[in-house]
Amino acid sequence: MGSDSLNTYLLVAGFLLVAGVYGMVQKRSFIGMLIAVELILNGAGLNFMAFNKFLAPDPAVGQVITLIVMGIAAAEAALGVSFILAVYKKFRTIDPGRIFTLKG
Amino acid sequence: MHFYQIIAEIIFWLLVLITIGGGFLAIGARMLIHSLMGLSITFLGVAGLYIYLGSFFISLLQVLIYGGAICIVLVFGIMVGYTPRQIVETRIRGENLLLAVPTCGLAVALLYFAIRRTGWVPAAQRLADYSIERVGHTLLYDFCLGFELISLLLLVGMIGAIIVVNSQEEESGGQ
Repeated sequence: MGSDSLNTYLLVAGFLLVAGVYGMVQKRSFIGMLIAVELILNGAGLNFMAFNKFLAPDPAVGQVITLIVMGIAAAEAALGVSFILAVYKKFRTIDPGRIFTLKG
Repeated sequence: MHFYQIIAEIIFWLLVLITIGGGFLAIGARMLIHSLMGLSITFLGVAGLYIYLGSFFISLLQVLIYGGAICIVLVFGIMVGYTPRQIVETRIRGENLLLAVPTCGLAVALLYFAIRRTGWVPAAQRLADYSIERVGHTLLYDFCLGFELISLLLLVGMIGAIIVVNSQEEESGGQ
């Protein structure tokens, strides 16, 4: 265990994944859930970079994939916040449990 | 072990501590803005870990995109969309917390054992070229489709965000 061991990075990334899933279940607001999703994406990026350093044949590929994940995260955050603002303007609530117009 | 290596290890474990502590703050804080602060601390910790993983470029982009752009967007969402009384999170009910915490702890433990038991095999021939030139070449030649799709996604995301927010304003203005 140390900075030259793959397992350390994988464990930190696993913690970020589990923390993100926990936050998505536990948070009672849309912004909180968005924050949890960012944690999961960060864990994924860390995993890619770790495998890139220790196992992959070409170290440029993992960096490129991490860049693509960052781009998707940026688009997702911008769209998510705009949806949250639209939902907030229409329903006047931040509680995801109280928005049930489509419920059968 | 050399003196500088010991210092590097200490800084590495500090970064791991920052990342994990920020994660706990992000999911455990009661106020949304504190939760966001924990998220940005996690971003900076992961940026430091990227330096240890050999890529200064990705570390800079992590600070720029995650620590800069995404945090600003989320702060903007908290400031504009929420009235001050609603910024405080309502806590989850007790029985759900009793289920969620052991489940997540079990997930971390299972991941730990799975990672420990797996014998990772490095590739037979490995390049050691972390330069930005190599990244740019790979991005624009081998991953050209992904690059183009990302630009298309960002364009559609921008236009979509503007349309979603504007259409709501028109509807509420007409009522």
